[in-house]
Amino acid sequence: MNNVAFNITRMRASYGNKEVLKGITITILPNSVTALIGPSGCGKSTFIRSLNRINDLIPSFRISGDILYRQKDIYDQETDVVELRRRIGMVFQKPNPFPKSIYENIAYGLRIHGFTIKETLDEIVEASLKKAALWDEVKDNLKQNALTLSGGQQQRLCIARTLATQPEALLFDEPCSALDPISTAKIEELIHHLKKSYTIIIVTHNMQQAARVSDYSGFFLLGELVEFGKTQDMFTAPKDKRTEDYITGRFG
Amino acid sequence: MNRKIVNKRLDSLFKALGILTTVFGILVLLVLFIDVFLDGASRLSMNFLTSFPSRKPEAAGILSAWVGTIWIMAVTALIALPLGIGSAIYLEEYAPKNRLTGLIEISIANLAGVPSVIFGLLGLGLFVRWFNLDRSVLAGGLTLAILVLPVIILSTREALRAIPFSIREASYAVGATKWQTVYFQVLPAALGNIMTGVILAMSRAVGETAPLITIGALTYIAFLPQPPVTFSGGFPFMHFSLQGLFDPFTALPIQIFNWVSRPQKGFSVNASAGIIVLLGITLAMNSIAIILRYRQRKKTRW
Repeated sequence: MNNVAFNITRMRASYGNKEVLKGITITILPNSVTALIGPSGCGKSTFIRSLNRINDLIPSFRISGDILYRQKDIYDQETDVVELRRRIGMVFQKPNPFPKSIYENIAYGLRIHGFTIKETLDEIVEASLKKAALWDEVKDNLKQNALTLSGGQQQRLCIARTLATQPEALLFDEPCSALDPISTAKIEELIHHLKKSYTIIIVTHNMQQAARVSDYSGFFLLGELVEFGKTQDMFTAPKDKRTEDYITGRFG
Repeated sequence: MNRKIVNKRLDSLFKALGILTTVFGILVLLVLFIDVFLDGASRLSMNFLTSFPSRKPEAAGILSAWVGTIWIMAVTALIALPLGIGSAIYLEEYAPKNRLTGLIEISIANLAGVPSVIFGLLGLGLFVRWFNLDRSVLAGGLTLAILVLPVIILSTREALRAIPFSIREASYAVGATKWQTVYFQVLPAALGNIMTGVILAMSRAVGETAPLITIGALTYIAFLPQPPVTFSGGFPFMHFSLQGLFDPFTALPIQIFNWVSRPQKGFSVNASAGIIVLLGITLAMNSIAIILRYRQRKKTRW
């Protein structure tokens, strides 16, 4: 039981009157990559955005069920949301660097958590950029505005920014959907490396990507988790007819 | 006739109409500028800027008027900026979206369209009479502050709304609180546009005459409000005083208005010279706003 990152039972979520998740039960293991696939509007983004409570920002959002991270209820009144979001980092669909320097983009998360010593900041900024495989490309112009970077570089900067605050889990919400194939390959390679130290959940529209990067896969359809298991099993011998139809491209 | 030819002619007709309307507006402005300049340029001199008003047109100057204008603008800015930007941040970032905030929003939008003389009457009743501030710099500054407040709130909200939601998400996702997100990410990114709106609002306030006349600003003043800082030879050398806030004042538009209504020819020349100075101030403020906006646009492409 100790070796479980997320333990979720009967999770239901809705925006206003529209129910988008209809009882999801799933267990996610640490130091593995879990890919969530499914057609648009199936609830996979809502699912992943509930895990760091970023959906709390949407006023009409409602959620119920047992949603545990490391045996603690994420939605408990006592939960410190700020600390939760530091521990469970998130990378978004569209690269969203702050309109500041590359350095400041990464130092921001550290500063708001009380790091002030310049040497420490420098060290963590460099380490984070190295982990995100961006250091060699930007080390000479850390003062440059992050918006001048290419889309793929911006996304890796966003990953570095997330890594800087030392999270345990990383949520990727379609991180490559706005990127070209070369940048996509770089990010996939990165995810593969990061698996050793982090629990990773990735939402993707791209089934080849899911097959390439993940250890476990979940197939979402109309707010339900149709199938969940080892990626290899799911892509070679899907148990459910709907999963088979989807991954063979018969719909969606 | 051929349909194509008709469409083509209609197209050129509208183009010509568009040019005509644009040229008309510019021409009227140009005529105004040239006329004022021809009348008043000869009167512009150092003397004009450093003399108090006088019964003799050739000796009269605008010293008390422009010093008064600076005083009023400083007071207006000091009051309207924190209040306006503060309320805009609250309404845009914190306030729940319900009927009450909806009502507040509509009220602010309507207030921005209320004629300035009404604000003058409010100032007269509230600040001059009820608060007993008399016809002081403070009363004038407060009156102009509530006049520009709705405009500042609206333009600041617009600037905040232009910051993409993804920036806020990014900030929350690394564990920032709401205040940290607003203060470190949203405000700095919106600052250029906020300043543009504020400066445009202030440049409108510079030329406001009606509310100041309504609260009874004087038109003939032969002394200046006491400066906030004075220097002297003896210890402690520098003296701070807010007495100036309670001194009576006049302002550029009032001085101009006063001169225009005089029958003597010399005063209308003075009025033109005063208008040149006032136009110069407004133009300078607007240029700063344009430069700020340009630099902001260059800096951020989302």
